[in-house]
Amino acid sequence: MDTLQRLVRNPLGLTGLILILFWVGVAVFAPFISPPGNVHDPYKVIRLSYSSLPSPPEEKAPLGTTGGGYDIFYGIVWGSRTAFRVGLIVVTVTSIIGTLLGGVAAYAGGAIDNIVMRITDLFMSFPFMIAVIIMSVVLGKGLDKVILALIIFGWRRYARVMRSAVLVVRRRDYINAAVSIGAGKVRIFLRHILPNAIFPVFVLAALDIGVMVLIAASLSFVGVGAEPGYADWGQMISFSRDWLLGIVGSPFQYWYTYVYPSIAILTFVLGWNLLGDALRDILDPRMRKIQ
Amino acid sequence: MFHYILKRFLTLPLILFILSLLIFSLVMFLSPYERLAVYIPNMDVTSMSISFDDLVERYELDAPFYVQYAKWLKGILRGNLGWSPSARMPVSRALRRYFPATIELMLLGGLIIFGGGLFLGTYTAVHHDRLPDQVARVGTIVGVSLPGFVFGLALLVIFYAWLDWFPPGRLSMWAEDVVYLSDFRQYTGMHTIDGLLNGRLDIVADALRHLLLPAIAYGIGMLSVMLRMVRSSMLETLQQDYVTTARAKGLLEKVVVKKHARRNALLPVVTLAGSIIARMIGGTVVVETVFNFRGMGQFMVTAARGLDFPAILGVSLLIGLIIILTNLVIDIMYTFLDPTVTLE
Repeated sequence: MDTLQRLVRNPLGLTGLILILFWVGVAVFAPFISPPGNVHDPYKVIRLSYSSLPSPPEEKAPLGTTGGGYDIFYGIVWGSRTAFRVGLIVVTVTSIIGTLLGGVAAYAGGAIDNIVMRITDLFMSFPFMIAVIIMSVVLGKGLDKVILALIIFGWRRYARVMRSAVLVVRRRDYINAAVSIGAGKVRIFLRHILPNAIFPVFVLAALDIGVMVLIAASLSFVGVGAEPGYADWGQMISFSRDWLLGIVGSPFQYWYTYVYPSIAILTFVLGWNLLGDALRDILDPRMRKIQ
Repeated sequence: MFHYILKRFLTLPLILFILSLLIFSLVMFLSPYERLAVYIPNMDVTSMSISFDDLVERYELDAPFYVQYAKWLKGILRGNLGWSPSARMPVSRALRRYFPATIELMLLGGLIIFGGGLFLGTYTAVHHDRLPDQVARVGTIVGVSLPGFVFGLALLVIFYAWLDWFPPGRLSMWAEDVVYLSDFRQYTGMHTIDGLLNGRLDIVADALRHLLLPAIAYGIGMLSVMLRMVRSSMLETLQQDYVTTARAKGLLEKVVVKKHARRNALLPVVTLAGSIIARMIGGTVVVETVFNFRGMGQFMVTAARGLDFPAILGVSLLIGLIIILTNLVIDIMYTFLDPTVTLE
């Protein structure tokens, strides 16, 4: 509760919270805000026409359509669900994997620590974006494959962060106390070490949701992510690429095709980054002193 | 010192071997038929007198893992990385053509990231909590949240579509004619450097004109990361006793900041440099796609979309090699910056 109070009092943190709540609202009420054309496949963006030209905002399409007649408003509203799905699934699974690996490595020490951390180093050193592209080639097209690829390579930072946190915590007196009482290793790890070392993971997770959504969007943008026509912000922007230059004499003719999806991605990621930053300031006393 | 470097170089082949094994095994997850698709672009079975199974057999795509791996490795050692259907040329030639473009982009982007990050990070730390610092604090959060492709597209709309100052691509048409058709010698494949070596300043100017926007689009996100890193590291160092001592001695504030504080604040930055460079390599994929800048990143995306696995393998191997060498250089740099670190 204390954390939440401080978060609300921090102007940047509050802004982040409001942005995230806004998108939560959009995602939850998507069926009411923008009723799907096909109830069984709501993630398929509604096509108002098959015209190759984008059409400007009007009553039927409040934010206009992209080339191919895809409704931009619909894509943004349902794309928010895609963003949350990618961000939450990837971050939940990777943070659990990373936390366990890093925690066990630090707690067990010795050879296990060495092996786990060398593997982490290996994953760490290879460019994440490239690794995910390679994985998506192997796994095939589609958003689920992208999520899987992000999970396979996304746990490494959690392992590092958790390891250094556990290394500090396990030297504390209360751990020695627990050992002297005769508590088992698993119990000590789960009940005493984990809860005391987990905070840096929360901060990283909040920041990571933004990062993962960004990377998934980038993949869709370059064409190795979601399938064509799937409600996904990165793809919405890739649709706009052909219309970027407008027409001769009117360079901003098709502004709506890139401005709206860009604002959607920016505010979503910004929200998580602001929240993560504020959380870090609150949870890390050392940072508080410096700030 | 010498021993350490030698030791690191001797382990290099081993690391490369592990890397190649990992990358190769990833591709082996695909079935022989999927990998066969690379050899037959249009998959028109009816017009072929030969069945898929025969083809799989001919290319030994169903052979055991180690046989295929050995075959691939033997090719690599001879400089043969296979044929890339998406680039319509051998992978090794494609890499030679596209890699210098990416290096050029990374060098200019790196200048923005590291130079800008060091300067602005120091500046904001010295002016802590005053206006420049506040602006930077908000600016960097927005910079981190701004996807490279969104920023890149915005730059394109403003500076190309509207103002027509900076076009996409790597060179203008006339410059391409000069570089590829005349007696212009390509020493490095990097147009800026080749232009200088050939004494053609117009080529250098044209290449820079095409490089600037992608480099900015590419640098802005990591510049923000770098700036924040330098800033917090500087803030911490500026509170140290030796900084107070230096000030008490009556040294100029400029000397205190540059010689006493910044040098020490650089350590965590150097540690981070490795991951920044890894991120820079990843970033080329998006930026090159946005600006239609024909470099390695774009080559890789095209290859990925076309399931062109020889190209993917070649690019990954090259990237792995770069990463390994960069980390080696960073480790050695560390000893120069921090005398307390000794190499075993």
